[in-house]
Amino acid sequence: MSQLANYEQTAKNFGNPNWVAYKTIVRTEIRRFARIWVQTLIPPAITMMLYFIIFGTLIGRRIGDMGGFDYMAYIVPGLIMMSVVTNSYTNVSSSFFGAKFGRFVEEMLVAPISNQTILLGYVTGGVARALLVAIIVTLVSLFFTRLLIHDIFAVISITILTSVLFSLLGFINGVYATRFDDISIIPTFVLTPLTYLGGVFFSIDLLPEFWASVAQLNPILYVVNAFRFGILGISDVSLVYAYGILISVTILSYLVALHLLSKGAGVRS
Amino acid sequence: MSYALEIKGLKKTYDNGFEALKGIDLAVEEGDFFALLGPNGAGKSTTIGVLCSLVNKTAGQVHVMGYDIDTDFSMAKRRVGVVPQEFNFNQFEKTQNILINTAGYHGIPRAEALPRIEHYLKRLGLWEKKDNPSRALSGGMKRRLLIARALIHQPDLLILDEPTAGVDIELRRGMWDFLKEINDQGTTIILTTHYLEEAEALCRNVSIINNGEIIANSSTRDLLATLNTVTFVCDLADPLTEVPIIEGYECLLASPQTLEVEVDQGQSLNAVFSALSSRNVSVTSMRTKTNRLEELFVTMTSGSNG
Repeated sequence: MSQLANYEQTAKNFGNPNWVAYKTIVRTEIRRFARIWVQTLIPPAITMMLYFIIFGTLIGRRIGDMGGFDYMAYIVPGLIMMSVVTNSYTNVSSSFFGAKFGRFVEEMLVAPISNQTILLGYVTGGVARALLVAIIVTLVSLFFTRLLIHDIFAVISITILTSVLFSLLGFINGVYATRFDDISIIPTFVLTPLTYLGGVFFSIDLLPEFWASVAQLNPILYVVNAFRFGILGISDVSLVYAYGILISVTILSYLVALHLLSKGAGVRS
Repeated sequence: MSYALEIKGLKKTYDNGFEALKGIDLAVEEGDFFALLGPNGAGKSTTIGVLCSLVNKTAGQVHVMGYDIDTDFSMAKRRVGVVPQEFNFNQFEKTQNILINTAGYHGIPRAEALPRIEHYLKRLGLWEKKDNPSRALSGGMKRRLLIARALIHQPDLLILDEPTAGVDIELRRGMWDFLKEINDQGTTIILTTHYLEEAEALCRNVSIINNGEIIANSSTRDLLATLNTVTFVCDLADPLTEVPIIEGYECLLASPQTLEVEVDQGQSLNAVFSALSSRNVSVTSMRTKTNRLEELFVTMTSGSNG
């Protein structure tokens, strides 16, 4: 049988390659972060445990209630979201940059798959890690407080939306990064400050009016409060407004990431 | 006549203004074993980059097995396998997983990919290493892994960019045999190499690219026929003290027992041997001073390189 006949048979048998390719990228991504679990899954658990001990148990006792809940219960949703934001972002930015740096991203670029497949594969990998870390952090939090779920739909949808959004932002970072430093700058100098100022540890009602208005420009504020609503039933911001912003920014980020990939930014000459 | 690759007016200008390709035309017939030669920076890798979507072209048209790479990119990509110059696989992945992933990117499910992987890894002598991380492979093994990866989706057109660079002679010969075998089975092969004897031994047709332009494009035999002079090196049984004078031939004594003779196109070697025999000069062995294609290559590219 000639090579051509073999090829025709292959194409006939497997049809559109995108679904298999998508599953391949997702499997590779999950295997990647699972292989280095000491770097990817353990640190968030330890960090969050320290937050629970220091902010929740030691300092929290002196703070008392916030929003009608004891301080430990109040900060748990924000800390879970903090893990989701950080892990989805760093998973995709470091993985995509690593593929660029090692040039094995070319394996995908020369293959007959769409840019959407590549993007969705990486984003799904980021979401998978974020969800796994969220579950680990939630389990750790159960050692310190009792968690009740107020709105399961909000909990699940906000977790998924947030991890999708920050995976996309991580992807964009990975596209532009040319050095390893470039993938740590945004998490260190942008994400961490925004997270700390995004209502993880306090209600913006405590801020002076001016700073409360400034805080509303912080997208992480909506993520944290919408998730807090899902767990505790309280939020500093309107839920509709939070969903609106999250969905809009996610769509915009998706289009930007897809455009960058289509024009070959950072990966094609 | 159907072409595996058809390039028309291909141009590539990089952002810094460097014109890597100045409107090249190239056609490679289906089933051909084709060499694309050129000095460093001539435009070979840029051309290959355009073919496999790693370089965005500035202008021109490219058809792979009849499919336009702009409008039918998926079909065109399915038909091409690329062996790059660099080791561009994940060094942390196991050898077998690299091939499973590549098969997956081409839409081939794992179950279907595994027998193919076994076939190519066994054929290329890598089966024992299937569970080893790729970074643990030797340079030659990594080269063979690149070839296996490029073949996993059974492409009709295989492009090899310096496939035997840094590979020892024995292994290189083995790779030549393998490439000849898959070419005999119908796969069109385009080869770039710095080992010009490799191109002369394997390829039926040759193109020479220099400064982003095709400066020669014909069959290997026709191209070699344009070579005006070949220098033969004769190893002598006994040392000579002076250069023998042979009418019509330029001779040079490189060492007391090494005689170089320039033979022009149309001249016969018999006259050289007769003249040497009449002077009781005994030749024990003979070879060309440089590879014939190499001589032609240097002649053609040196003028335009200034």
